Amino acid sequence: MTDVLLKVEGLTRYFDVSKPWLNRVIERSEKQFLTATADVSFEIRRGETFALVGESGSGKSTIAKMIVGLLEPSAGRIDFDGQEMNFHSDAAMRTLRRRFQMIFQDPFASLNPRWRVGDIIAEPIRTFGLLRGPAVMREVGRLLDVVGLSASDVGKFPHEFSGGQRQRIAIARALSSRPEFIVCDEPTSALDVSVQAQILNLMRDLQDEFGLTYLLISHDLSVVRHMSNRIGVLYLGRLVEQADGKKLFTEPQHPYSRMLLDAVPDLELSGRRRRQVEGEIPNPINPPPGCAFHPRCPLAFDRCRVELPQPVPTPGGQAACFALKPGG
Amino acid sequence: MAETDPTIDTSQIKPRSRLYRMWDSDIAYSFRTSPVAMLAGLVSVIIIAAAVLAPWLAPYNPYDPGQLNLMDGFTPPMEPNQFTGNVYWLGADNQGRDVFSTILYGARISLFVGFMAVLFAMTLGITLGLIAGWRGGWLDSLLMRVADVQLSFPSILIALLIFGVARGFIPPAYRETMAIWVLIVAIGLSDWVQYARVVRGATMVEKSKEYVQAARVIGSHPVKILVRHILPNVMGPVLVIATIGLALAIIAEATLSFLGVGVPPTQPSLGTLIRIGQGFLFSGEWWILLFPSVTLLALALSVNLLGDWLRDALNPRLR
Amino acid sequence: MTEPLLSVRDLVVEFPTRRGTLRAIDKVSFDIAEGEVLGMVGESGAGKSITGSAIIGLIEPPGRIAGGEIWLRGHRIDNLPREKLRRIRGKRIGMVFQDPLTSLNPLYTVADQLIETIRTHIDVGEKEARRRAIALLDRVGIPAAARRIDDYPHHFSGGMRQRVVIALALCAEPELVIADEPTTALDVSVQAQIIDVLKEICAERGASVMLITHDMGVIAETADRVAVLYAGRLAEIGPVRDVIKHAEHPYTAGLMGSIPTLTQTSKRLVQIPGSMPRLNAIPPGCAFNPRCEQAFERCRTERPEPLARGGGRQVACWLYDRAEARHD
Repeated sequence: MTDVLLKVEGLTRYFDVSKPWLNRVIERSEKQFLTATADVSFEIRRGETFALVGESGSGKSTIAKMIVGLLEPSAGRIDFDGQEMNFHSDAAMRTLRRRFQMIFQDPFASLNPRWRVGDIIAEPIRTFGLLRGPAVMREVGRLLDVVGLSASDVGKFPHEFSGGQRQRIAIARALSSRPEFIVCDEPTSALDVSVQAQILNLMRDLQDEFGLTYLLISHDLSVVRHMSNRIGVLYLGRLVEQADGKKLFTEPQHPYSRMLLDAVPDLELSGRRRRQVEGEIPNPINPPPGCAFHPRCPLAFDRCRVELPQPVPTPGGQAACFALKPGG
Repeated sequence: MAETDPTIDTSQIKPRSRLYRMWDSDIAYSFRTSPVAMLAGLVSVIIIAAAVLAPWLAPYNPYDPGQLNLMDGFTPPMEPNQFTGNVYWLGADNQGRDVFSTILYGARISLFVGFMAVLFAMTLGITLGLIAGWRGGWLDSLLMRVADVQLSFPSILIALLIFGVARGFIPPAYRETMAIWVLIVAIGLSDWVQYARVVRGATMVEKSKEYVQAARVIGSHPVKILVRHILPNVMGPVLVIATIGLALAIIAEATLSFLGVGVPPTQPSLGTLIRIGQGFLFSGEWWILLFPSVTLLALALSVNLLGDWLRDALNPRLR
Repeated sequence: MTEPLLSVRDLVVEFPTRRGTLRAIDKVSFDIAEGEVLGMVGESGAGKSITGSAIIGLIEPPGRIAGGEIWLRGHRIDNLPREKLRRIRGKRIGMVFQDPLTSLNPLYTVADQLIETIRTHIDVGEKEARRRAIALLDRVGIPAAARRIDDYPHHFSGGMRQRVVIALALCAEPELVIADEPTTALDVSVQAQIIDVLKEICAERGASVMLITHDMGVIAETADRVAVLYAGRLAEIGPVRDVIKHAEHPYTAGLMGSIPTLTQTSKRLVQIPGSMPRLNAIPPGCAFNPRCEQAFERCRTERPEPLARGGGRQVACWLYDRAEARHD
């Protein structure tokens, strides 16, 4: 058997951002679509952490939502452990759903403020019918212990906890269905750095202990480098580069990856100056033709303005750029 | 494994009783420190308690023809009747009924209609609001347009319309007994829009929150998500509208009864009493009108003030 | 030594609540010299933003300055009547906030807002004010400033809006600019641009900057000195290089270690256990003592005052008290 746990192929998602019907008729305007994700393909191997990085509008959260079934893809397919995910079939999904979970960005919004911690963590256990009776709360207590809280916290409400502690509760909830795969959507970007370190360490420990596979969504390259085995770089809904964790940072291939690396603040005080990056991310409703990055790209030439580059192999993975020679 | 948090020593937090937690909550504190809310609460509680306990508190039963003496008609307050010598605190009306007793029984009917109408409107509005907010799309558009149309008419007109239509369908034999239920449905149907709109808006906000997404990821059924996750989080504003709505429903009932389309005169509500009383205002029998009116005013005003206070207390921005 | 531009002495800010008075800022003292960039870091709730609000007299009631003094160029400003303070704000102290949308009025063009601010504080005619406004927009890097000045705020992208806000903060030629998380809402590739603009333009005009942020990377690149706040108290202050490279306060050291970097090699991040105490539960003695691995008896009972450590550094930690020097 293959060790690929999640395979995404040609994943595409449009959003209808048109004005209401009546306005369109009166103003004689066309329907408008925003391409949040276009033709994204990647594989995640069992036990690894695959990261998707990108700035706002890159479509990274859209991909995460499609993978866990919160959004329906406009095109493309998602295979989980060799089985195609079909969110229309409840029966087929019932067993699959238990095997993946999600951790969200905002620990203040991801826990129902009216529920007690015990019920929050027990929700997946009860929904999947994994345990019954007093065994449920015993398991919840054990999970609280695993994430560094106390079993006596079951009766409390979320507002009695700090941001970092809430994120631990959210992690305990994600673990409670004993999943193999967890989508982590910006799990630490709402937290303070000292708390971020605790959560990142916890996530690593849990990965080692339970053999978890992570899809990590983040805009923070330092976090991504610290956590991931492989990384995909997104720009305006397209995967511009995929590479091994180390290689992306030592030999970034795509000009956008290089630009992102240059923009990371220099904490070592080595005197390295951030390179000035030209311009900002264009409006995704009307992306530039050809390679969407060409207006900001220092290497852009005529071909980039008209033709969409396809991924070519690079030493660490693949990248979609005409300035790269095929084969690296 | 991850360390436990040393800054929060969970063993130190003593489990407090439910009662204590309620007393110590922000809402209770806000109530304790607001003289207006306390006074309005007191008045409401007194009137509601008096109405509920009317059969035990009222000196007479105004519904019992056996207790009526037409000779007692028009007895002024605190004065002995010139024929019978009976003394009524708030006087007696044209049929010799004790005004104080009719007010107690009348408030009972007014409050019953008010509560039931609010309950009906709330149930209908919450259900439709949850569905519209969750489903969105054409169903949402349809429900909200219906709501818009209804909002463009005064609700008392709607209630009159519903009342009239409903009476047309009910056989005359049942009209007396069914009148009160028709009234409740009429007032409730004229008032569901408010609940639906607020719940729809709140549902759309909650729906996008991550705790709802977390429930969707594990495949929870939408009805379960709506009832267990979203409903408890949208009840705050609903309670505010329900409180203010109670005052409005009581007034609506009084208005309908005043117009003569409400409860039958044999079981007078506050509105019916006012209608009866206004006929005698200019002939000098002022008490028949004044006391029911004051009661209605006090009840509607205090419930309304409670609603205002609740809205402020639940609004996190003002805290 | 010359007189500092801004001098904050034993500042105390309190928020009365029904469960007792919370001290959001507890005896914080620092100076900002002429032309200096002082970074102010801390976790959320540490009081960094409230310090900024206190200086410009914008503490939200019922919060209030309960003690201490704030001096601007030798004049006390914390006890000024509201009207006088309002004149200082904008004229002598400029402000840049996190969200550019809230600092710009959406109903007026950029030109309206800039010209009005300039003419409120500087005695110039309409034409001259407009000329200055265009020059300033050009300086903060808005292309075709002469044309775009008549646009409304929503015509600008996030990064461009923040540039407009910087122009607005600087148009009355203030002596001090308080920038509260100026880059937090922006994409990484744009952050660097904004920081550069802010730093350069303030240097050009000799304006001092108080840069409030949770992002150590931004501080490292921008600030001359940095003040670290913890639970409303000053933990450490000193030249940015010293503090980042050789943090003395155990909290600062832990904070620096917990930030993942692009060159980091170890698998685990340094983590400070626990989280910052809530304001209603600050422990006696040093506020950091329950989380500090080096805490000893004195830390639990006696609050450390900032100790001068030479080279302009101050550290509020008993480890550095001579009387307490246990080793060598």
